[in-house]
Amino acid sequence: MISSLLGRSLNIRQSGIYIAFALIVVLFSILTDGALLQPQNISNIIVQNSYILILSIGMILIIIAGHIDLSVGSVVAVTGAIAAVLMVEYGLPWPLALVITLIAGGLIGAWQGYWIAYYGIPAFIVTLAGMLLFRALTLTVLGNQGIGPFPDPVRTLSNGFTDGYLGNVGLGPLGGADVFSLIVGALVIAGMATTQWRARAARLGYRQSVDPLPVFLLKLLTAAAVIIVVVVQLARFKNLPWVLVLLAALVLAYSLLTTRAVFGRQIYAIGGNLQAAQLSGINVRQVVFWIFVNMGVLAALAGVIFAGRLNQAGPTAGNAFELDAIAAAFIGGAAVQGGVGKVVGAITGGLIMGVINNGMSLIGSPSERVMLVKGVVLLAAVAFDVWTKRRATR
Amino acid sequence: MSDDILRMRAITKTFPGVRALHDVNLSVRRGEIHAICGENGAGKSTLMKVLSGVYPHGSYEGEITFDGEPVRFSDIRDSERRGIVIIHQELALCPQLSIAENIFLGNERARRGLVDWNRTNHEAGRLLDRVGLPESPVTTVADIGVGKQQLVEIAKALAKEVRLLILDEPTAALNDEDSAHLLDLLRGLREDGVTCVIISHKLNEVASIADSITIIRDGELIETLDLAEDQVTEDRIIAGMVGRDLEHRFPPHEPDIGAEALRIEDWTVHSPVQRGRAVVSGASLSVRRGEIVGLAGLMGAGRTELAMSVFGRSYGTDISGRIYRDGRQVEIRTVRDAIRHGIAYATEDRKRYGLNLIEDIKRNISAADLGRLARRGWVDDNEEYRVADRFRTELGIKAPSVLSVTGKLSGGNQQKVVLSKWIFTDADVLILDEPTRGIDVGAKYEIYSIINRLADSGKAVLVISSELPELLGLCDRIYTLSAGRVTGELARADATQERLMALMTKEQPR
Repeated sequence: MISSLLGRSLNIRQSGIYIAFALIVVLFSILTDGALLQPQNISNIIVQNSYILILSIGMILIIIAGHIDLSVGSVVAVTGAIAAVLMVEYGLPWPLALVITLIAGGLIGAWQGYWIAYYGIPAFIVTLAGMLLFRALTLTVLGNQGIGPFPDPVRTLSNGFTDGYLGNVGLGPLGGADVFSLIVGALVIAGMATTQWRARAARLGYRQSVDPLPVFLLKLLTAAAVIIVVVVQLARFKNLPWVLVLLAALVLAYSLLTTRAVFGRQIYAIGGNLQAAQLSGINVRQVVFWIFVNMGVLAALAGVIFAGRLNQAGPTAGNAFELDAIAAAFIGGAAVQGGVGKVVGAITGGLIMGVINNGMSLIGSPSERVMLVKGVVLLAAVAFDVWTKRRATR
Repeated sequence: MSDDILRMRAITKTFPGVRALHDVNLSVRRGEIHAICGENGAGKSTLMKVLSGVYPHGSYEGEITFDGEPVRFSDIRDSERRGIVIIHQELALCPQLSIAENIFLGNERARRGLVDWNRTNHEAGRLLDRVGLPESPVTTVADIGVGKQQLVEIAKALAKEVRLLILDEPTAALNDEDSAHLLDLLRGLREDGVTCVIISHKLNEVASIADSITIIRDGELIETLDLAEDQVTEDRIIAGMVGRDLEHRFPPHEPDIGAEALRIEDWTVHSPVQRGRAVVSGASLSVRRGEIVGLAGLMGAGRTELAMSVFGRSYGTDISGRIYRDGRQVEIRTVRDAIRHGIAYATEDRKRYGLNLIEDIKRNISAADLGRLARRGWVDDNEEYRVADRFRTELGIKAPSVLSVTGKLSGGNQQKVVLSKWIFTDADVLILDEPTRGIDVGAKYEIYSIINRLADSGKAVLVISSELPELLGLCDRIYTLSAGRVTGELARADATQERLMALMTKEQPR
């Protein structure tokens, strides 16, 4: 009974990625004797992958529109360098320097977006050129050395944690945990439950089909359980990482953008059928231009966070980040032809790679084997996608 | 009997939902020029694709005998090996390669895997002499005109030792001089013993060059006329091409015609590919509220080009002319402008230009006017669902729900989604390009009913169609287009298929 209900409402192509993520987490928990899910390690996974996850949010929009961006690694480097020069050498207050850096990222995106959207050069070429261009610019600004150290607030944003504003509470055998973090976690779950319930009620009001109640509750409870585990573990370690707060806000904002905003919906229309979008009066050039501007801004944000984490802007910063961001998007269910993809999918794809990285280093695998596994996972994810699509059309 | 080079017996070819060819028997005599005539969509090209192996043996019923032997082609290479070469209307040349390279493409003059360039260019030169093309073999194809490119195609066929040459609309894109040269060349090839099958809409050309004419209509072979024996006039051919009566295939409709909604004056559009060629020249037409106006024309007459250029300059370059909406002149430069001025265009190729096939019905319907469902940039999902579901009920879109993906719907239901999308924009003028192409008869009736309802609600509807009965059954007034010019305007009462066809094939003095 339950399994038939699940079978009907759980689309394998959409939920496959989350199931795969769960299996990978279970696998590495076993292989590492539970070290993977230790409080400090969960915190590490989030902080170490934050910049890739931020990049993958921008990348998924570009891939949905049917384009690609190979330059983000270099943009991370050059914006990190810009931030370092402004904060360290010119001593500008950090919020001002951060805003200027984000604007610089936006201008870089505008530069690339212009050539792609208005001049008609394929994004592959423009951003390949950008990859070289902005790396060159980084080296010009930095010479051969790093610039640091960054002001404390920037380092806190990349590396730090919320303070224990409300003290600790004992959780029995789990030991002490930060009350503030627990309250935030509870609020997130409560918010999620109410919005989901309201959306379901509204749909029912319009007589749309919805998940049957048991399936709906099961999904909700699973999500809540995952959040509880993560938050409790974080609360036991050093409270909530600031980048997690930032990431959560970005994921929420961009999920809304892609599902509810006119702009977001136009991205899907363009990727699904460019000509049909044009003949439907969508200003294709403008949309493509702005998603590249957006990518530039997010890359600048990632650049500042990465530099802040290392406490210096280096000439080799962001090397090969573009590949991780692209892989995250495709593992997360984006289609090679465009028109398909989700922000949450890209984040999950990024986390899958993060967990593989982290888990394999915990069990002492050499880096070449990590690379090998990541390559296989990427190929398998896309092959799975193509396979399910082919089966569906038959 | 034995001088038939080709005999096709009882050929039947069906596509999902459509029977394209039904029990066709075609015989072509050795060394003749055999013309095949029929309306767009009658099945001429399908028949030639069956013959040349584009549709492999097994995908159709019936048998083909070539040169006295039964043949079963599995692909084009197979038929080419036997000397059957097809030249499509859209030329299949690589524009960046030289003439010689194109002539021997896939048939390279090579020794031990290496191309012998001396032999390639030498033999290409001889073939160019034969087709009467005074160009060097090393000239790039992109640098010569369409007429000459057509000759390169024929040279390419000759290089394959062609015995049966099939030409699909060879003169459609050519000017008179190039056409005359091409026809002379075909006569010359006949002397050399090459058999030609030519598909053409230009009936005067057909009458002047062909030895026999086969007429196909609705996928069936109507008759084969022998020009040496029968008295064949253009009118005779037209009668064969159109000769069916209007059955009860159209819902009855009493028009209630109001004020003029759209007028186009002196509209001229140039081809974006061929510099200087006017695809539409000086066209003027008008549509009134509550009126269904037809636009008839053969392939290449410029119907779609006219419609798309009016719809926010979606086609063509160097466009001139005036557009009036409700009597006021308007400037329409983009698709957004067109939509804002209440003009909608539903494409003839819904899969390529009309729908996002990986997206659901709901999102396709809202795509052209999503802003109306949004407040401050945020889409109201539930309202979108409600609107889409209303269209699903009203237009009878057969799908489990509006969350079904459009790529899996039948042609008729896809067309209803496209119509919903444009009705949703609240346009006053709807241009429907081939609204029933690839749709089965039952669904056609539903589409006609929808079009009638739209007119009754005060919309002005311009229908482009290749099917003359459809225009006669549906429209209150019909314009004919030939070679980019409006050649006639007939009220429903005055229009007959014969008169329309005569106007559609009318050559204009230049």
